[in-house]
Amino acid sequence: MTSFNRRTMIKIGGAAAALPLLGSRAFAQEKLKVGFVLVGSPDDNGWNFGHDRGRKEMLEAIGEDKVETTVVTNVAEGPDSERVFRELAQQGHKLIYGTSFGFGDSMLKVAKQFPDVKFEWATGNVSAPNLSLYNAKFHEGRAVCGTVAGLMTKSNKLAYVGSIPIPEVRMGINAFAIAARKVNPNATVKVVYIDSWFDPAKEAEAARALIDQGIDVIAQHTDGPVIPQIAEERKIVGVFGQGSDMSAFAPTTHLTSIIDRWGPHYTKSVQSVLDGTWTESSVWDGIASGEVEIGPYNANVPADVVAAAEKVKADIASGALHPFAGPIKDNTGTERVAAGDVIDDGEYWAVDWYAEGVEA
Amino acid sequence: MNAELVIAIIVSIAAAATPILLAALGELVVEKSGVLNLGVEGMMLIGAVITVAVTLTTGNHLLAIVCAALAASLSSLIFGFLTLTLSANQVATGLALTILGTGFSALFGQPYTVKSVPIIRSPFPPELAADPIWRVIFGHPPLVYFALLMVVAVWWFLNRTRAGLIVRAVGENDLSAHSIGYPVIGVRYLAVMFGGAMAGIAGACFPLMLTPQWVERLTTGRGWIALALVVFAAWRPFRLLAGAYFFGFMMIFEIYAKSNSAFRVLPSEFWAALPYLATVLVLVLISLRREGRTSAPACLGKPFVATG
Repeated sequence: MTSFNRRTMIKIGGAAAALPLLGSRAFAQEKLKVGFVLVGSPDDNGWNFGHDRGRKEMLEAIGEDKVETTVVTNVAEGPDSERVFRELAQQGHKLIYGTSFGFGDSMLKVAKQFPDVKFEWATGNVSAPNLSLYNAKFHEGRAVCGTVAGLMTKSNKLAYVGSIPIPEVRMGINAFAIAARKVNPNATVKVVYIDSWFDPAKEAEAARALIDQGIDVIAQHTDGPVIPQIAEERKIVGVFGQGSDMSAFAPTTHLTSIIDRWGPHYTKSVQSVLDGTWTESSVWDGIASGEVEIGPYNANVPADVVAAAEKVKADIASGALHPFAGPIKDNTGTERVAAGDVIDDGEYWAVDWYAEGVEA
Repeated sequence: MNAELVIAIIVSIAAAATPILLAALGELVVEKSGVLNLGVEGMMLIGAVITVAVTLTTGNHLLAIVCAALAASLSSLIFGFLTLTLSANQVATGLALTILGTGFSALFGQPYTVKSVPIIRSPFPPELAADPIWRVIFGHPPLVYFALLMVVAVWWFLNRTRAGLIVRAVGENDLSAHSIGYPVIGVRYLAVMFGGAMAGIAGACFPLMLTPQWVERLTTGRGWIALALVVFAAWRPFRLLAGAYFFGFMMIFEIYAKSNSAFRVLPSEFWAALPYLATVLVLVLISLRREGRTSAPACLGKPFVATG
């Protein structure tokens, strides 16, 4: 593996500009070059860690004699990421993964300029002939966490620290709140957005502020383990790992975690490029296919709570339970989903309201 | 809203304000000597990563803070050598120091990313802080008190001692100071090293008080807030104290505005923007003043080359 940050990328870029003269056939006989663009560091023990683990599993499965990977870390979302994608494409990477929602515009632009390079955009919502989408139904995991939170809370005050109010985060909050209130109708969910995927100091300040207001279970949708650490420091009832198992940071309060398993998808998609069978697609799997995994439960979680959570998990996997099954009211009391109806995968992206019990 | 919550908010504000106050105090002395070091963020990151490494290896918080100060001070010497001895451009060199600190800390910190750092508690016996009212006085980690003491110390040094007068002289008129025999470059070296040490201690606040871990870019831009704060405070230590707590208040209030309708007098975005708006406003006010003297040290950012 070669690991670069963006600055070395720019330097190397100059040298690499001469490379395309060699022609892409020179690369075709070599190993397949696959690029990964990460919004943070693989050391974050969360989101980026999950993607990097998926990359390693892919390398393991396919073999380093056939694939070589380049990981560019700490790439800011937005227009600035465009040159990173272009750089990778120019350097002969035939498959490039952008692992954050905010890379989308740049990827769409660069994909147009390099029609023979395949792009895949994690959590994205617009595809192109050479740009596929892949995502995981994290909200299914949120429903399991919500069940645990609703049953474990003593103050009935739950909180959710969000990153940026995009559909995926909002629907995670809704799934969590709906599941928690199904088992505990008195539970409320306070929401705080920190307006960033990564700002440990602000995450910590938000967690402490929430705990000071009487919250005893916190769920989070940010990229690192700071919130579990603060939960442990203050010994509240519980907290959940996001992206990967974070129990090392909160041995007594980490109730369970949502673990992202990107390995199987990366293996399948790299193999399809090697076989020449890659086509534009949109993958969105969840608990049933193993993309979303629920981590081990803490010893402090009572057996009946574990059983209830496992039942939710099994029912979601079998299709017996939909995380967004009606009736659902929003937090102003208006009925949004009628009994017997669900928010399906298409409607999901357009939801702009919070479920009943959410204070946002 | 109850007293308990008000006190919790005050404790949070002090914790948020302390690192920017420490870093800004160091930078204030550096700028008073006529040097502009934009490397605060990088030096803070070096301080933070060294703190994590030493705390996890030895378990000794005090030793960790001392090492953080030394390491960051050492890194500021690179800046000092380039700008003072070689007269390189201070802005460019300072930015380079930030990039260096970011990269060094990311590399050096890799073995420590999966561990929790034991946080530092109040130095007073817990019984004193049991009552919420007393917690306002006794419930803070030691670095909070250290920062307050340093405000007084820096003010006293700059305004009441001969050495402080020399630092100011060097910053206001390097040629005159040189002509009456003061070692301009030497004084500036010492100031830069002091600034580095303070930034290092500011960096130590992050793993020890705020986020009990190491992760790349841990300080997420708070070194830049410290730089803005020096200008905001018009290079005065006590105004700096007020400014740091004001910035801390804004940071914490933004979160309360988001999470509690009782605090939502104004949208949270407004609170988030306020520290920056306030800085702009203060800059405008400073430049509108026509008292014949501006607050910035006259030689700020200008390289000094001794002639004859």
